[in-house]
Amino acid sequence: MSINQKIVADLINNKIEFVTTVPCKQLAGVIDEIDAAKEIYHIPSNKEDEGMGLCAGAYMGGKRSAIIMQNTAIGVTINTLVTLIQYYNIPLPMLISYRGELGEPVACQVEMAVHTKALLAQLNIPTYHFHHPDDVGELDSILKYSFMGKKPVAVLTDASFWQGA
Amino acid sequence: MIRSEVLKNLIPIISDQLVVSNIGLPSQELHMLDDQPSNFYMLGTMGLASSIGLGLALAQSAKVIAIDGDGSVLTNFGTLPTIANNIADNFILLIIDNGSYGSTGDQPTYAGRKTSLAKVAEACGCENVIECSAEATPATVKAAIEGNQMTIIVSKCESGNIKVPVIDMDAPVIRDRFMREVARRNA
Repeated sequence: MSINQKIVADLINNKIEFVTTVPCKQLAGVIDEIDAAKEIYHIPSNKEDEGMGLCAGAYMGGKRSAIIMQNTAIGVTINTLVTLIQYYNIPLPMLISYRGELGEPVACQVEMAVHTKALLAQLNIPTYHFHHPDDVGELDSILKYSFMGKKPVAVLTDASFWQGA
Repeated sequence: MIRSEVLKNLIPIISDQLVVSNIGLPSQELHMLDDQPSNFYMLGTMGLASSIGLGLALAQSAKVIAIDGDGSVLTNFGTLPTIANNIADNFILLIIDNGSYGSTGDQPTYAGRKTSLAKVAEACGCENVIECSAEATPATVKAAIEGNQMTIIVSKCESGNIKVPVIDMDAPVIRDRFMREVARRNA
C-alpha cells in the first residue's frame, strides 16, 4: 500500500466522508486517491477558509470532514480557525503540505515555513510533523484524537516524508 | 424595505426550515424574531454562511437555507463556482442585497454600484438564479422551498438597520442544538 493509499484508507476507516482540498504539488497523489475513493465526497475549494466553512457545514450535517491544503493556508485561515472551528468546537483534521522545509526548491516557500509551527502553537492547535514515511502510522490515532477532542489538528507533511513515499 | 423587514416577512416561510444565518445583524435579527434550534447563527467568520450551508446541504437530505449578504458574498466570491459545480437540490442561497455593509455602519458595497451578484452567480455556472425585490422575497423563497432545485436568490432591498441585541448563547450550544435538530430531521 502506498502512502497515499494508506492516508485515504485511514480517512475512510475513521468514517471521514467529506474532504475538501486546495492543491499542492506534494499533495497531488493523495488528492487523486481521494477523488477516486467512492466512500468520500471530494469537493475542491477555491480558498482554504471557504473549505473550512464547507467542512463545518458537512460536520453539522452528520458527515465527518477533513481539509487538505498547503501550509501557506495557515496565513489565510487564522480567523476561520479561531472564530468558527475552535469557537464552535468543531473537529477538523488538516493534512497539510509543509512546503519550505529541507529539500524545498522554491525560496519563497521558506518564508511561510518559518512561521508555520509558531502560528499553530499560538493557536493551540495540536500539531504533528511527518518527516519520515513511517510517521504515517500515527495518522489513524491523530484522526481519532481530533474527533474525540472536537478540535482542529494539524498534520504537517514535509518533502522528506513525500520523497520517501 | 430594509433587511430586518425582509427577514420579518420571511419568518412564516422559513421558520420550519434549517437556516444558516450570516454574521452580525442578520443573525441577531433572526435570533430576536424567531430563535429556534433549526437556526445556526454565525457569530464570526464573515463570508462563510454560503459555504457552511452548502456543506450542510451536501451532507444530509433536509432543505437548507443560507441567508447571506452582498458584502459577505463579495468577501467569499470563490463560493459561487463551488456552489455551481456541487449541486445540492436541497440548498437555497438567499442573498439579502442591500448594497451595503450593514453591520459595520452601512458603508456601500460594490454590489450596490456596478456589480450584479445575480449575473456573477450565473457566470459562475449557477443554473437557477433569481433576482427579486424585497417585497417579492417571501413568495420567491416559498417557491424555491417547494421546488426541488438548488436556487440562488438575490433579494434587492434598502440599506438600513434596526437596534437588536447581541446573541449571548455560547457558540458550542448553538452548534450542538442545531446538530441535534438536523439529526432529528434526518432520522
